Amino acid sequence: MKQFQYVRPAEARSVINALVKDPGAKLVAGGTNLLDLMKRGVEGPERLVDINRLPLKDITKNNQGFNIGALALNSTLAEHKEIRKGLPLLSQALLAGASAQLRNMATVGGNLLQRTRCPYFYDTSMPCNKRIPGSGCGALKGFNRMHAIFGASEHCIAVNPSDMNVALTALDATIHLSGPKGQRNIPVQEFHRLPGNQPEQDTVIARNELITGISIPASPLKHVHYLKIRDRSSYAFALVSVAAALDLQGTTIRKASLAMGGVAHKPWRLTEVENFLIGKQISASVFQEAGTLAMRGARAYEHNEFKLKLAPLSIGHALSIASGLIKA
Amino acid sequence: MAKERISKASRRNFLKQSTLITVAAMAPPVALRAAEEQWDERLASAIENIPFSIEVNGSLHQAKVDPRVTLLDFLREHLQLTGTKKGCDYGQCGACTVHVDGQRINSCLTLAVMNDGRKVTTIEGLADGAELHPMQTAFIKHDGLQCGYCTPGQIMSAVACIKEGHADSDEEIREFMSGNICRCGAYPNIVAAIKEVNGGSKV
Repeated sequence: MKQFQYVRPAEARSVINALVKDPGAKLVAGGTNLLDLMKRGVEGPERLVDINRLPLKDITKNNQGFNIGALALNSTLAEHKEIRKGLPLLSQALLAGASAQLRNMATVGGNLLQRTRCPYFYDTSMPCNKRIPGSGCGALKGFNRMHAIFGASEHCIAVNPSDMNVALTALDATIHLSGPKGQRNIPVQEFHRLPGNQPEQDTVIARNELITGISIPASPLKHVHYLKIRDRSSYAFALVSVAAALDLQGTTIRKASLAMGGVAHKPWRLTEVENFLIGKQISASVFQEAGTLAMRGARAYEHNEFKLKLAPLSIGHALSIASGLIKA
Repeated sequence: MAKERISKASRRNFLKQSTLITVAAMAPPVALRAAEEQWDERLASAIENIPFSIEVNGSLHQAKVDPRVTLLDFLREHLQLTGTKKGCDYGQCGACTVHVDGQRINSCLTLAVMNDGRKVTTIEGLADGAELHPMQTAFIKHDGLQCGYCTPGQIMSAVACIKEGHADSDEEIREFMSGNICRCGAYPNIVAAIKEVNGGSKV
């Protein structure tokens, strides 16, 4: 690991000052992704700013919904009584991610910012436009089984690895940022980026901004399911995942919210499919049609063609479980 | 128990000494360079080391370490608590699982200095004197290990798994123990050990 200076400010203002003063500074909270990357030589900050002393751990509920501090642990959030009751989709997604040990370390802010698990990004002997802009994409013609089928570019076909982000997208969360010019709020759908010709930018956060928390509106969509398909039954990144949320009146769909993980550089919201579902009766054939509709514009690479079949089936299955048509 | 600790310590000392002998036997330019690097290390450590305090298995330690030292390396290399194992060092295997402020974590993915003021329990701190923790007894009874390398991490994780209330069925145990990999494949016996301790029956 490259040498670095270690600092531990107690106030958000000092954290932002550290970022403004030192372009080589990086923030650390749980450390589960950053330390991994530092050990491998992918990241080499000159200054590590430990933000664990900031008072950003609270999870609170009000009439509008939930406010969650950026330093709330993934395990705390997943097990939180009110979250399990009010936002079970978020709880399910968090518990589908990582392991019990990692969830006890990883924070909400860190999860939002976690880097892709593309093996070419991690292997410093390989080309990767995300790691070294202009070096090329090793995955494009390499081993691309885990990679994107939506929104990729010739510069990068990596996917966002988070489960939490997929649920937050289906739940219309807002990200709160604090920087030298003050605070700003960004809808989660606009927070993560598509790779385009700047795959080194995962999100729209500025280099000197800090995530202070997120807010999630109370959801009227009570019928939910987070489905995660992976190579082993636990502790693996998603090949495909689906966050499905429905508002039902009897067997009629009043409103739907759908997002996919493991298929794009950002959580993939399925607005067109949501509109298709409004007013429909719940049935296996409607849900399968929804899955097929979601595949418009999908494009596979040499090793991930299976996702073109797996993704629509997963959407159908997640909707069937969410609506109560079949048991999980 | 005490005897075993001494023999373990002397094996480590022997390994350290034999490494020194190897360095001494190297060609002079190589040995010189090694010495030079060590000098660099010492100079750097005088400037860069960060003071912190940490309670490990009930003992308070005031230490000064390079901020790059992980909690895992601090426990093993600075406190000689080698019961906590280094498997992958990337948070993928769970062999390094310890409890920090009562929560199980991967000690390879946190820096020692980030744990300033916290309380750590390692596998060495689980037994009550010569009396094994019920989970340790259950692992022996159910043969929850073969090579034993993952076992300290498995046991620390298993104790937390029950405390968190996630050990009510085989399925739940498997899900909430998935962060601990056993390459010998002792999983059915590990699940049996956890079930028994969770059930409160005498092990």
